[in-house]
Amino acid sequence: MPDKPKVAFYWCASCGGCEESIVDLAEDILEVAQAVDIVFWPVAMDFKRKHVEAMPDGSILATMVNGSIRTSEQEEMAHLLRRKSQILIAYGSCAHTGGVPSLANQFSKEQILRTVYEEAPTVVNEQKVRPQPRHPYDGTALTLPEFRGLVRSLDQVVEVDYYLPGCPPTPKLLKQAVLTLLSGQLPPKGTVLAPDTAQCDSCPRKESKPADLKITEFKRPHWTQIDPEKCFLAQGIICMGPATRSGCEAQCIKGNMPCTGCFGPTSRVRDQGAKILSALASSVDAREPEEIEKILGGIPDPVGTFYRYSLAKSLLRAKVTR
Amino acid sequence: MEDRPITDKLVTSADWEPLIVAFFCNWCTYTAADLAGVSRMGYDHNVRVIRVMCSGRVDPQFVLDAFAHGADGVLIGGCHPGDCHYVEGNYKTLRRYYLLKRVLRDLGIEEGRLRLEWIAASEGEKVAKTINEMVEQVRALGPLRLTRRFKEWDAELASIEAQARSEEVATHA
Repeated sequence: MPDKPKVAFYWCASCGGCEESIVDLAEDILEVAQAVDIVFWPVAMDFKRKHVEAMPDGSILATMVNGSIRTSEQEEMAHLLRRKSQILIAYGSCAHTGGVPSLANQFSKEQILRTVYEEAPTVVNEQKVRPQPRHPYDGTALTLPEFRGLVRSLDQVVEVDYYLPGCPPTPKLLKQAVLTLLSGQLPPKGTVLAPDTAQCDSCPRKESKPADLKITEFKRPHWTQIDPEKCFLAQGIICMGPATRSGCEAQCIKGNMPCTGCFGPTSRVRDQGAKILSALASSVDAREPEEIEKILGGIPDPVGTFYRYSLAKSLLRAKVTR
Repeated sequence: MEDRPITDKLVTSADWEPLIVAFFCNWCTYTAADLAGVSRMGYDHNVRVIRVMCSGRVDPQFVLDAFAHGADGVLIGGCHPGDCHYVEGNYKTLRRYYLLKRVLRDLGIEEGRLRLEWIAASEGEKVAKTINEMVEQVRALGPLRLTRRFKEWDAELASIEAQARSEEVATHA
């Protein structure tokens, strides 16, 4: 019997939800496990980096990497897995577009380290000790990975073949992707393995979206009694639907929460934040500067809202003066 | 919109000159710029004019992309309120402008680097005046140099790439 195709999973700067989503395949994971050999999956299996290093280059059919890239160790692993894999897949928002961790690109490395190791209310660190890449201890040197100045998406560090979007991707998309890989009928390189239409297009509340939104006030979801049937934007609640790719089966919307944009933009959009900015601002029902500014003032954190999952992959990538 | 650094030579030279990308509406401001030209009104040469059918066509992505490719300032010129050839286009621009300014501020780009001005077809002089003012303002702010900054940000990746390549050579040798 010929060897089964080999697959690997790895995580970088992420919350672990992507790993959870693989387990969410439930019984389908048996089907996947039967069709492939999982050769590396630190969260679930006891293979080490040295085992990967010992594999011939290109011997893994596909590796799915989740998480963004923040440290030198994550960079090294990305390069190693790229070399060992025929197909590298960016799995989830963080690997795809930088994700929530890339919101840290609004701050400098110094600001982050100072906040975390000195100023956080729960921290007592009178000597202001910071983690060092190298520290002599008991005759040996202890080492830690370098903390980079910027959070990056996977494709800003190594070449990526495909993307599975979402925070996290749905088990359905994962299963489809695995079956596609096994079929050998590969889509063009660079494809995002989800529908290329906007969220609004498949939204269960589509019918209630007026042609002209005429937003007079932005309301925050946690301060608002949300109508469970009506388009969020028509209720003045920011929904990233117009600037976000579909394929998530509208899970948040079905839970009566607006889309926050985790699937990233469609293929025609380069900068998701700029695109939702454009859509929202043009829908504001005001013509006078004071009135416009007053309504737009209802969006307290435009960068955090519009680029929640995509600051690393935005046109500016980060706050330019940090 | 792929990465295509076009202006590095200009922004990294010692004798830096501000580079302004201007999006002018076909019906008003672009016609006014033409008028300024035929009337032989001189204005600073630091501006690169891009004609669009309406200021409402200026996607905020265009503005960010201009900065990302080396512009030090972006100027948008449209018809006066009430005069839009497409009725509502300039109002949409106005609203996007206010929100975009906030996003730019939060991402570290100074307010003076983006300007919106209403300039009617007959106002050739206003084109010259606006451009000259903006060039001075951006000159005072200094270079933005995003193309160079991006390269500096990525320099920290270069070391690990070199290491990975040498390992690759070692394994294939």
